[in-house]
Amino acid sequence: MLRTIRGLGALALVVFSATTARAQATAGTVVKKGFVQCGVNTGLAGFSQPDSQGEWRGIDVDVCRAVAAALFADARKVRYTPLNAQQRFTALQSGEIDVLSRNTSWTIARDAGLGLNFVGINYYDGQGFMVTKKRNVKSAAQLNGATVCVQPGTTTELNLADYFRSKNIKFKPVVIEKLEEVLNAYFAGRCDVYTTDVSGLIAARASRAANAADHAILPEVISKEPLGPAVRHGDDHWFDLVKWSLFAMIDAEELGLSSKNIDQQEKSPNPVVQRFAGASGEFGKMLGVDKRWAYNIIRQVGNYGESFERNLIPLGVTRGVNRLWNQGGLMYAPPLR
Amino acid sequence: MLLQSGRAAKNKLASLNRTRTSAILVQGLAAALLVLASWYFVANAARNLLALGVSGGFGFLTREAGFEIGETTLLSYSAADTYWKALVVGLLNTLRVAALAMLFSTLAGALVGSARLSRNWLLGHVAALYVEVIRNVPLVVQLFFWYAVITESLPAPANSLSPIQGVFLSNRGMAFPVLVSLLPFELEYPRFSGFNFAGGGSLSPEFTALLLGLSLYTAAFIAEIFRAGFLSVDRGQSEAGYSLGLSQRQVKRFIIAPQALRLIVPPMTSQFLNCTKNSSLAVAIGFPDLVSIANTTINQTGQAIEGFLIIMAVYLTISLAISGFMNWYNRRFALRGAAA
Repeated sequence: MLRTIRGLGALALVVFSATTARAQATAGTVVKKGFVQCGVNTGLAGFSQPDSQGEWRGIDVDVCRAVAAALFADARKVRYTPLNAQQRFTALQSGEIDVLSRNTSWTIARDAGLGLNFVGINYYDGQGFMVTKKRNVKSAAQLNGATVCVQPGTTTELNLADYFRSKNIKFKPVVIEKLEEVLNAYFAGRCDVYTTDVSGLIAARASRAANAADHAILPEVISKEPLGPAVRHGDDHWFDLVKWSLFAMIDAEELGLSSKNIDQQEKSPNPVVQRFAGASGEFGKMLGVDKRWAYNIIRQVGNYGESFERNLIPLGVTRGVNRLWNQGGLMYAPPLR
Repeated sequence: MLLQSGRAAKNKLASLNRTRTSAILVQGLAAALLVLASWYFVANAARNLLALGVSGGFGFLTREAGFEIGETTLLSYSAADTYWKALVVGLLNTLRVAALAMLFSTLAGALVGSARLSRNWLLGHVAALYVEVIRNVPLVVQLFFWYAVITESLPAPANSLSPIQGVFLSNRGMAFPVLVSLLPFELEYPRFSGFNFAGGGSLSPEFTALLLGLSLYTAAFIAEIFRAGFLSVDRGQSEAGYSLGLSQRQVKRFIIAPQALRLIVPPMTSQFLNCTKNSSLAVAIGFPDLVSIANTTINQTGQAIEGFLIIMAVYLTISLAISGFMNWYNRRFALRGAAA
């Protein structure tokens, strides 16, 4: 019921707000109110979750902080709106949030049909399956007749059905809305299988299983889930700003610039680093922010690798395809030049 | 004299006409404002969505849904069916659980209500405790409770309990034999294979938890309605019955019950309506009711306004149908002249 009310609230925003569509100057509004309103997950370890001090942490949270660092030279000027899978798009469309950074898969339906612009990809993921080792299942092909726990409102449900349909395998979904409850159901044995993005499986196994060694993640990865932040259609300037905040983090890793060494590197004769620190070039002006915007991001938030190291490595997630392109991964950002 | 009173009547009539005209005028104005306001909001939403590049309309209903549904009522459904069919499956699941919950809660409510009126001290207090506990704990908490009881306390299907031959209880719910033919008498028994039971019939933990939670919750309110109905029949009625030489049972059956039931029907309508609407809490424990399916649909298509309109229209229709039926029933059984 509460969920419905919240949903209706978001709906009401679309119905009543007179200006959502022509929110041309998002950056201006954000500067005026003094903080970036960032839509994040209600709690996904490594991506966005409040720590024991109530401080939001995760690689999605770091994107929000990067935008704040670029705009305000202060990464703390962010307010978070925890959103479930259903609320997230309406919240962005209606102008309730400025950036949606909530492990959201970039798909054509969302990009073209929901009025969103994805700024890039901050995590290459794919959907997988977790089973209890007791069952002695080695491959998804052995899952005929299994009961599968899944959260609604995501591409996960569709991928699941597509995959089993293509393999002609029968299954029974148990669709539970809250992450907390769906994990309870899986760990209580209500389902044989839990499916979500592999990063989510690892996070759940690390943070929720009574004994992590009892659960195996099957080798099959059944989908591409390029997760990235999104902004709404109609404000190219804001789109650019959020996009380059993310790119700056990835480029910094490639250049070997980190929060630890950027102060020493600032005086570097290397012209690439010079551009990054804002000593040369007009990129800040082009984006409508301070010329030291990229320096501020790296100084306060860190580069992409640092963010990954800090948030995901402790959970047992490996860099994998999320390594930089010149290290055999897929992370590739256009150059700051 | 006659003339005077005629004129007075005429004046009265004129003023009455004036009041009536102004009333019509005010109502018409209010209605016009309402229409204009709704028009403004609808147009505004449409304009905003269009500017955002969100395509509207109900065209998505005929597209392939692409997601599976865990359990269905009557219809068979697969991921290759349309959103439209998926929503109908959700609606039928809602109707199944709501109808059964109304039935069970009425039976349980009548029992508890009369238990609470009983002169047996223990029975009366147990019934009172039931009502107070159940009524004062939020329904969604009770649903989580029953769901946890079923999934956490029952064993895995491989070691399921079998209290009666052919009936299996596990954390996947209850599997039981079903009749496939009467002559020759033949039952299909569930068999354990691979992950779960196949064949026979089954009740899922989600459905069972929802039905149980909803029935017990609504029963507590219905019990109070029954009690109130019986207590509101005037004492003189039973005294009159005794003085006619009727036994206690006869007085209850022929004097009190018929009068009490008439008082019980109208408030029951709101309980039935609540019961149906509360069934939308299904989404919390994973039963694929209308709201759950509509949520998935909204999310996949992004048609939030259309989706909510469908949900609202369906619940409104169900609710109006229930009240329509209950009003008809009430008119039929109310005392002549007492029906309002």
